[in-house]
Amino acid sequence: MYFEKIVEIVTNHLALDEETVKQLTPGSSMKEMKIDSLDIVEIIMKIEDEFEIEIPDEKLKEFQNLGDIAKYIQQIKES
Amino acid sequence: MPKRVVVTGMGCVTPFGNGWQKLWDNLIAGNSAVSEISSFDTSNFRTKIAAEIKNPDIDPLISKQIYRKFDRFSQFAAAAAKLALLDAGIDPECSGRKRFGVALGNGFGGINTALSQFETLQSRGTKRVSPFCIPMMLSSSAASNISMLFGLNGASETVSTACASSSDAIGLALEKIRSGEADLMLCGGSEAAVNPLIVAAFSSMRALSEKNETPQEACRPFDKERDGFVIGEGAAMLMLESLESATARKAGIYAELAGYGAANDAFHLTQPEPDGLGLVNALKAALSDAGCRPEDVGCINAHGTGTVANDRVEAAAIRTVFGDFAGKIPVTANKPVTGHLLGAAGALEAVASVATLIKDEIPPVINLKNQDPECRLNLVANTSKKAEIETVVSESSGFGGHNSVLIFKKFKG
Repeated sequence: MYFEKIVEIVTNHLALDEETVKQLTPGSSMKEMKIDSLDIVEIIMKIEDEFEIEIPDEKLKEFQNLGDIAKYIQQIKES
Repeated sequence: MPKRVVVTGMGCVTPFGNGWQKLWDNLIAGNSAVSEISSFDTSNFRTKIAAEIKNPDIDPLISKQIYRKFDRFSQFAAAAAKLALLDAGIDPECSGRKRFGVALGNGFGGINTALSQFETLQSRGTKRVSPFCIPMMLSSSAASNISMLFGLNGASETVSTACASSSDAIGLALEKIRSGEADLMLCGGSEAAVNPLIVAAFSSMRALSEKNETPQEACRPFDKERDGFVIGEGAAMLMLESLESATARKAGIYAELAGYGAANDAFHLTQPEPDGLGLVNALKAALSDAGCRPEDVGCINAHGTGTVANDRVEAAAIRTVFGDFAGKIPVTANKPVTGHLLGAAGALEAVASVATLIKDEIPPVINLKNQDPECRLNLVANTSKKAEIETVVSESSGFGGHNSVLIFKKFKG
C-alpha cells in the first residue's frame, strides 16, 4: 500500500504516461526514472505530507529505488 | 562589412492559438482576444478584462514531463521557439549547435511561480517551498530552457527593458549575427502576467482600461475615448540568421532585419518625455542603421497602447522624425486585438510587421471611432489595407523611458 501511494505521487510529479507507470516496480531506480536531486526533494515533500512523517535529509541519498522509500515509510509507520 | 541578417521563421503562442498565421488572420479580421478575466476572481478589481490564453496548447510541441517544470511564461516561450524552428525548416531535435544562440525579453519573468511559492511559504512554512521555485522564476529561464531543449550552445541571454524588452532582444540578436558571434539566433519574448498582483498594480497606476462592459472595444489607440491598455499574454519568436547561413541551407527568407535603434528618455519612472525625445532618437538611430530615408518607410507598426500619454507622445515623435511624410505613411497598432504583451509585445509586433511584408497587407487599428486630433497620423482605421510595402518600422516603448525601433525590409538579394 505504501508502494502504490508512492507510485501515485511520483507519477503526478513526473507527469508519467500510463505505459511507463505500468512498468514501475519496487526495483525501479531513481536513475532510470530520471529523478534528479531537485525532483527527489519535491517528491519527498509530498510523501511527508501524505504520510504525516518527516524524512531527514541524510536519508535521501540512501533511496536508490521506489522500494527503498516504501520500506523506510513502513518501518516508521509500523514501528 | 557587417553581415546581413534575415528572418527565416516565426512562431507565436497567442490567445488565437499556436502559430503566426492564426495571429495574422485575427489581426487582419480585427478580432479582439480581450474578454473577462477567467483565471482569478476580479470582483474587487477596477479592471476585469485581459487577453488571456484560456487553454494553452503546449502538449503537441513540448512534453508535459518537461514543461511542468517551467513557469507559464517559459512554457509559452518554449512552444513559440519550437514553432519558429519548424517554420524555418530547422530540426528541433539536435544538439551541440555552437553558433546558434538565444536572445529573449520579458518584463516579469516567472512571477506566477514567485506568487504561488510565496503563498506556500506563508501558509505552509519554509520546508514546503519547491526546489523548482528558483529555476522557474528566473527571468532568464525561458532562454536557458530553450537552449537546453533544442541543443543551442551559443550565447543565451535575456533582456529586460519593460515593454521594449523583446524588441531590444531582437536588436541584441541582430548585433550578435552582424558581428559574427553567431550564425543563427532564436529571438523574441514571452510574458504571462495576467495575475491579481500585476492587474492590481497597473490599476493603481491608472494605466489599464476600465471599459469592462465592452472588452473587445476597450483598447482604443489614438482614439479620443481611450482610457488605458489591456494586459495580454503569450510569446513570439523570430528565427534570425546571417544571409550566408540562410543561403547555405537554402532556407526561405521572409524579410531582412535591416535596422535597430534604442534610446532612453532619461526623464521619469513611468511617464514618457512629453516630446517623445527618446522615441525620436531611437527612430533616427534605426533609420540610419537601416540606411532608410523617412520617405522609404511604407508602414509603421506603432506601440499604440491606448493610454492617454503614450499615444499622444508617440504621434508627436513620428511627426518629428517623418516630417511631411508623417501624414502619408500608414500607421497600424496591434494591441486592441492581442492585448499588451508587455515584455513580449515588441516581438509579437515584429512578427506582425514581417507578416505585413509577406502578405502586402496592413492590419487595422480597430476601435477607432473618433481619432484624437492630438494624434494626427495616417491610421489604418478599422479595416485592413492592401498595399505593396518594402519597409516596415516597428516601435516599442516601456516604463522607465525605454524606446526601441526595429526596421524590416523585403529581402532583395
